[in-house]
Amino acid sequence: MRNLILSQLKMGSAAFCALLLLLFFCTGGKCEIQSSNPASPSANPPVVKPFDHEPQPFPEEEKANLPVFTMDYPRIQVPFEFTLWVLLASFAKIGFHVSHKITIWIPESCLLISIGLIVGAIMHSVKEEPPAVLSSNVFFLYMLPPIVLENGYFMPTRPFFENIGTVVWYAVVGTLWNSIGIGLSLFAICQIEAFGVQDINLQENLLFASIISAVDPVAALNVFEDIGVNEQLYIVIFGEGLFNDAVTVVLYNMFSFVADMPVVESTDVFLGVARFFVVGIGGVLFGFLFGFVAAFTTRFTYNVRQIEPLFVFMYSYLAYLVAELFAISSIMAIVMCAITMKYYVEENVSQRSCTTIRHVVKMLATISETLIFFFLGVVTITTEHEWNWAYILFTLLFAFVWRGLGILVLTQIVNPFRTIQFNYKDQFGLAYGGLRGAICFALVFTLPDNINRKNLFVTASVAIIIFTVFIQGISIRPILEYINIRRTNKDLNTINVEVHSRLMEHVVCGIEDLCGQWSHYYWKDKFKKFNDRVLRRILIRDSRAESSIVALYKKLELQNAMELLDTPMGDISAAPSIVSLHDEKLAASRPKKKFLAADVKKMHDILSKNMYQIRQKTIAFTSKHNLPNNSQAQEILIRRHQSIRRSIRPGSFRDPVGDFLTRRKILNKIKLNELLVSVLQSTSGQSPRSSSRSLVPLSRLGTLRESDPRQQPGAPGVDTVDERGLGSLKGSSLRGRKAPLPAPRKRLSSQAEGDGDPDDFKEAGEAGEREEAAARPPPLPPPRGWVPDNQDSQEEGTGRPLIRHSSQGSRGSWRP
Amino acid sequence: MKISPAHIIRLYDRFEFLDKEGSGQLRLEDFAEVKELAMNPIGDRIIGAFFSPGQETVDFPSFVRILAHFRPTDKNRAKDSTQPEPVNSRTSKLKFAFQLYDQDRDGKISRAELLQVLREMLGMQVTEEQLESIADRAIQEADLDRDDAISFEEFRKSLEKVNIEHKMSIRFLR
Repeated sequence: MRNLILSQLKMGSAAFCALLLLLFFCTGGKCEIQSSNPASPSANPPVVKPFDHEPQPFPEEEKANLPVFTMDYPRIQVPFEFTLWVLLASFAKIGFHVSHKITIWIPESCLLISIGLIVGAIMHSVKEEPPAVLSSNVFFLYMLPPIVLENGYFMPTRPFFENIGTVVWYAVVGTLWNSIGIGLSLFAICQIEAFGVQDINLQENLLFASIISAVDPVAALNVFEDIGVNEQLYIVIFGEGLFNDAVTVVLYNMFSFVADMPVVESTDVFLGVARFFVVGIGGVLFGFLFGFVAAFTTRFTYNVRQIEPLFVFMYSYLAYLVAELFAISSIMAIVMCAITMKYYVEENVSQRSCTTIRHVVKMLATISETLIFFFLGVVTITTEHEWNWAYILFTLLFAFVWRGLGILVLTQIVNPFRTIQFNYKDQFGLAYGGLRGAICFALVFTLPDNINRKNLFVTASVAIIIFTVFIQGISIRPILEYINIRRTNKDLNTINVEVHSRLMEHVVCGIEDLCGQWSHYYWKDKFKKFNDRVLRRILIRDSRAESSIVALYKKLELQNAMELLDTPMGDISAAPSIVSLHDEKLAASRPKKKFLAADVKKMHDILSKNMYQIRQKTIAFTSKHNLPNNSQAQEILIRRHQSIRRSIRPGSFRDPVGDFLTRRKILNKIKLNELLVSVLQSTSGQSPRSSSRSLVPLSRLGTLRESDPRQQPGAPGVDTVDERGLGSLKGSSLRGRKAPLPAPRKRLSSQAEGDGDPDDFKEAGEAGEREEAAARPPPLPPPRGWVPDNQDSQEEGTGRPLIRHSSQGSRGSWRP
Repeated sequence: MKISPAHIIRLYDRFEFLDKEGSGQLRLEDFAEVKELAMNPIGDRIIGAFFSPGQETVDFPSFVRILAHFRPTDKNRAKDSTQPEPVNSRTSKLKFAFQLYDQDRDGKISRAELLQVLREMLGMQVTEEQLESIADRAIQEADLDRDDAISFEEFRKSLEKVNIEHKMSIRFLR
């Protein structure tokens, strides 16, 4: 507790120091901060001034001696202030997360805006102008792209494409509905004389309405994530937030164009519609184009791994800029670029580059977002406002009402087409989660100045943003939890229920995976075929990228090898399942334990913390603050690997129980072994092609013949020795050993499917399954006595011939 | 409510896709190809459930029969005791889940079997003692006839408040 307070104090004081520094330099410098682009090099400050600030050592003398200590602030001013602002915003962010309790109830955006308000107040009181971060160019060219890139890069593709109809429907039609509804109602309000806003005409109203219908779901998504709202809702809000930016921008351009004109003709409306299609589809096409080019480029970067991440960023930014050039939807372009690019690039680049890319994307997005909210607060205080109670209150009211109505009506229309329909609670979540954000703000600043009520509009948008972010943002969590609580049954009473429920969830998840759940199956299948045949050939390099799980397995394999060199042969350690079953039979009746309530609670805690989650690809990949976490999957695979090892040890199958599950286990594990093998193969430079060499049983190696399968009751013997293979991996340490390796460990390869694994981790659901061309092993007889000893005594008659022979054999068979 | 022909076709496509050798039967390796099942903590058991005892392969009717367990329950079905229990009724779903625990098919979930499942489902930080106490507690809660194992009836009773029809249904199999 004390540490918490101390660290909070430290953060507070650090933030305060940074603030003071900033103000000091701002005021001390007395240089003009121009209200346009601060990112432009600061050649602005008058050149004459610098010399005023140099403390001259001997002011009287005419001859200027060498100044020992000089200060040239204007030169570094712009980057310096930028850095300080970023640091300040980041300190604020650190400060919030110190106490977890705060961030549960108050979304981060609120906190950032509040801090921004405070800073803005300070700056206003010292009559200082904040940097114009939210001006049009800076915002749209520098601040927005990282955020959109992050959204696109971490978008869960499978749920997205499954729900794409719904998403586009809500985004496009919903935004249109909102804009036109709000615009018309506000216009009606304007007619009422008492409010004093009669001079705002229809076009201006529509323009304003299109600006404030831009929904920015950042805070809503955070809350949804924390509560664990269902995937459908999440993806719809996510997608809607992305796509309605595009629609908003189109509408905005259209209305502002129209607002200039005295008369609106029907052809203009028609052209507007056509323009919308051009903008939307053009954006998508540009995105695909750049995505493919990026993927293609990364095919050749294997020698320059250090700059691989650069391509991702440069190409996506290029897509954005080129789309801006043609005034088509840059947001759609960058999102599509990210989606296409991700799939292929992550196969081509090295693991480190992959991690780097993800981290940097997240980092940039977080910085951008933090700065945006922060400056929202700052600029709120420092701009000119015009307050009109009626207009603003009615704006709030109408925004709320029209969104609610819109969601209701649209859902009624789209529900029959959906497999999972939205009930009223979902709809409420959708409607209430419609928070407005920074895009709205930036757009309102770009309103042309000839609109005489611009300040009113600015004030109104600020009001709506602050209202939605604060009030709706803070209250959405309790409300959603409240309506949820009434839905779920209180089924966490017993340990039984908890365990069984989780088991059932896993089962359903597994069955879904088995069925390859995808509702638009036909198109996916076609796309997959096209993908495998054409795209992958062009865009992906042949040799595999290393993935972390594969590297992990390599390490485990090597450890296995080392261990085996140490253990004596014939170690009969049975699989744990068999052991425990024996124990059970032997054990006398157990005394009944008494469980206290505290014990039970502890058990619940253990269960809830440690039970494996079912795959939650959506939430995991779109979490705002964290990168996707692979540790659970790694654990599962490690464990399977360990039980492979244990059950494959010689002698473990003396027990002829014909144990259903264990037999399956072995066979299953063989598959996993093939993953390992292919990896090890690819790193040791062998071509992973052999089809006939797959899963050769032990004794076969001894004789190097493809002998009659019936003679080898040896199951997919799996483990043959491969000194050379290991040697090449391990270097000198193994080569030193002359003793033949016992119980053959090294597995032979079959077709490489090792990177099925990387796919799993790296992408949200579209595992590009490699075709397995390897010949199947012969039908597997029960795994009885494939222990080498039996075999060799029949065939070779020597003590441990298998080893020697198998090493020779493997040497022979390694040759591709 | 019968399963629609379109669904059957879709399942058959999937069956063919999984059946890499084109033999008309699925073998263990075919199931193991599905990588997400490898990531599933109880993936082995799920695969095992498809194979009838003694069988090495799964043909299409068996495949569909198992999957049919997961169809959403028809709530309006009249309780007609003369007809056999439909495959996707609540009882059948529970039986399916029960059999995932009860690998030796003796009709009871023994302590060891429960322990085994727990071990698979829990992360590696959980110690053996904790696992054992959890298993003990679970059995204690459910075991009514004091035989230190959970029979199907006890299993069903312990889950009476849980919405099984919802939990164990896959919508697209409707």
